[in-house]
Amino acid sequence: MINQLSWKVGGQQGEGIESTGEIFSIALNRLGYYLYGYRHFSSRIKGGHTNNKIRVSTKEVRSISDDLDILVAFDQETVDVNYKELHEKGVILADAKFDPKKPEDTQAALYAVPFTEMASELGTSLMKNMVAIGATSAILDLDIQVFEEVVQEIFGRKGQQVVDKNMEAIKAGYEYTKEKLAGAEPMHLEKADGQKRLFMIGNDAIAMGALAGGCRFMAAYPITPASEIMEYLIKKLPALGGTVIQTEDEIAAATMAIGANYGGVRAITASAGPGLSLKMEAIGLAGITETPIVIVDTQRGGPSTGLPTKQEQSDLMAMIYGTHGEIPKIVMAPSTVQEAFYDAAEAFNLAEEYQCPVIVLTDLQLSLGKQTVEPLNFDKVEIRRGKLKADDLPEIENKGYFKRYEVTEDGVSPRVIPGMKNGIHHVTGVEHDETGKPSESAANRIAQMDKRFRKISHLKFDTPIHKNAPHEEADLLIVGFNSTRGAIEEAMGRLEKDGLKVNHAHVRLIHPFPAEEMMQLVKSAKKVAVIENNATGQLANIMKMNVGGHEKIHKILKYDGNPFLPQEVHTKCKELF
Amino acid sequence: MATFKEFRNNVKPNWCPGCGDFSVQAAMQRAAANVGLEPENLAVISGIGCSGRISGYINSYGFHGIHGRSLPIAQGVKMANRDLTVIASGGDGDGFAIGMGHTIHAIRRNINITYIVMDNQIYGLTKGQTSPRSAAGFKTKSTPAGSIEQAISPMEMALTAGATFVAQSFSTDLKDLTALIEAGIKHEGFSLINVFSPCVTYNKVNTYDWFKENLTKLSDIEGYDPSNREAAMQTLMKHNGLVTGLIYQNTERKSYQELVNGYSKTPLSKADLKLDQAHFDKLVAEFM
Repeated sequence: MINQLSWKVGGQQGEGIESTGEIFSIALNRLGYYLYGYRHFSSRIKGGHTNNKIRVSTKEVRSISDDLDILVAFDQETVDVNYKELHEKGVILADAKFDPKKPEDTQAALYAVPFTEMASELGTSLMKNMVAIGATSAILDLDIQVFEEVVQEIFGRKGQQVVDKNMEAIKAGYEYTKEKLAGAEPMHLEKADGQKRLFMIGNDAIAMGALAGGCRFMAAYPITPASEIMEYLIKKLPALGGTVIQTEDEIAAATMAIGANYGGVRAITASAGPGLSLKMEAIGLAGITETPIVIVDTQRGGPSTGLPTKQEQSDLMAMIYGTHGEIPKIVMAPSTVQEAFYDAAEAFNLAEEYQCPVIVLTDLQLSLGKQTVEPLNFDKVEIRRGKLKADDLPEIENKGYFKRYEVTEDGVSPRVIPGMKNGIHHVTGVEHDETGKPSESAANRIAQMDKRFRKISHLKFDTPIHKNAPHEEADLLIVGFNSTRGAIEEAMGRLEKDGLKVNHAHVRLIHPFPAEEMMQLVKSAKKVAVIENNATGQLANIMKMNVGGHEKIHKILKYDGNPFLPQEVHTKCKELF
Repeated sequence: MATFKEFRNNVKPNWCPGCGDFSVQAAMQRAAANVGLEPENLAVISGIGCSGRISGYINSYGFHGIHGRSLPIAQGVKMANRDLTVIASGGDGDGFAIGMGHTIHAIRRNINITYIVMDNQIYGLTKGQTSPRSAAGFKTKSTPAGSIEQAISPMEMALTAGATFVAQSFSTDLKDLTALIEAGIKHEGFSLINVFSPCVTYNKVNTYDWFKENLTKLSDIEGYDPSNREAAMQTLMKHNGLVTGLIYQNTERKSYQELVNGYSKTPLSKADLKLDQAHFDKLVAEFM
């Protein structure tokens, strides 16, 4: 009996690899298993190796697994590229069509199953994916009826006949493989709790969080791995009176969202590195004009076009410092899909309360990796609009302007929106006085710069660092952000077993950096390992800048386009001792 | 009802004496009053350059953004509050060089805003470099041997991009210009008004006198029909773009706001931000 399973399906892009994984996962999620998916894909539509790795567990998992139990291969390349992940009792289920060859240096078993042939016999080779799901079920001794509901939902609109054929394909794969296995022991997966949970990607959660957080307008330009956010919102916003505009470019997306926020609606834009580079001037405009705006950056491999479909965490410095000149900014980095939902909603509150750009930073693995998510608590979502005034302003004499940039103690000025009587003021990216009129006076410059930065000096932010710090004096503090959380958590458990005292800090508020809190953790650790998917150790550098501790901070970096595996974090951390 | 004087504020423009932009400002203020607006219901969104300062010189909501981006900002404002009258404004460098991409797509998109370009065929605020509207051979600091690039024909470009309202005027024709801006504001869709607004400091070729000599009023062309796109194109080509008046208007095509699926009939800025629990539960159920 096993309590977790790692399953991977691979083939050429455009062959339905994704939908095979999708059907398999949805069915298991509904049985109450926790899933964690990882998609390996290329920046092309047809062709090129792609695979979908899914971890199934009876307990919550937040990372892909080190090894693999079952590999479903639609071509030899899938076998050759992935077989090394299989442990010695692993199984390769390969389409007999390509006459699969088992590599010599593996103990894993290979079963050739005529996926394509059996599917063709039933009507169409497209159903080879279903045959493969059936074959998997045989290995797992899983009742194939669990797939019926999902197949019905996906193919129902094509008619009952299509549904039946697909179910037949699953059955055929199941029976063939069962027979072929003969006496071999199946991998019995422990029964799950049957609880209903969500199964979604980070981008879905961000988009849903935006809706819950009152976002009613989006301006965006398609880009991997951010497009799902606009695709979700264009489906859901019309029911709320809002919409998404697909703009001509990233600059228009950012500036249109600024215009919409200035106009009084909660508006968002989302992109990845190349898009963020183009939005930088607009971010500066939002900063100096104190216009709220929420911007999502789904990090991918950079620079330039870089590795557009691969994992990386290298936009950190650009998000903190990007735009010329100096502006207040908030950069938040959720680490789970669930948190992505709450953070996206909260970002709109922070943007309005502090009247500045708020960047919600994710990475490709968090944005696109499909995970089981515990039920979302809608009651936790608040709407707070800061110093936005109601439309009953006192009259201003002699056509004086409303003091939109009034110098206040907390730096936040009262905000009005166009249409409000007696709220007329000017807005400009030029340095300006309290009413928004351009001003080059040195005293005014200092007053306005100080006012803007005062806003975030008192930022209230719930849980800026996720701390799992059981030790008052630790041998090692591991620090990460975004999707590395699960790999670090698993590595931490193994390091503890090795006899090390380990604390874990996962940074959720990247900027302004929660220096004081981090300093305590750094102080109480002999060594600090900062885990990041980039080549220069950006978070480690930010830590050194804000916290010090240069002599104890070690960078553990991975920038090959793939997420960290728990064993990699484990091994690299161990090497520090 | 507000008079044009109520659209004046107490800021003194920093334009050179004699600049064409003064008249454009006056025409905008008059047009706003003539169509019955109150200052708080007008938002003027401008770009960067001498003309871009205009949003600070009108007593209304004003947003002086970044170079070339007045249109996306203005479209965002209008989408947030469809009850506002939104005028985007800037120079020919702003609209036809750095912001050209937005201009074409704003035309295609047809959101109900008015775009007024103050076209002086030169970069003024940076002290005299060539503009995409400068004629071939035009000598400037950046083209000492004369420009060797072809000038953009914004009106023809607008027609090919699917514009529903295309007009051109000359800053000294205050009455005509005011009437065109009024028509542009009333037009249900995107209206583009290009205004020849001479730069008296850096453009010694395209002067007030030069325009007076070279411009043809469409109202002087017998039988000119602004609903005929083909004739509009021919007239523009025949006169090398140097015509004033309403060049083309399509009143049949619906504005973007009218076509957007589900778009709120009341300003989005006034929408209730809280989802109801049932709505939220429905969203969540899709991921089960």
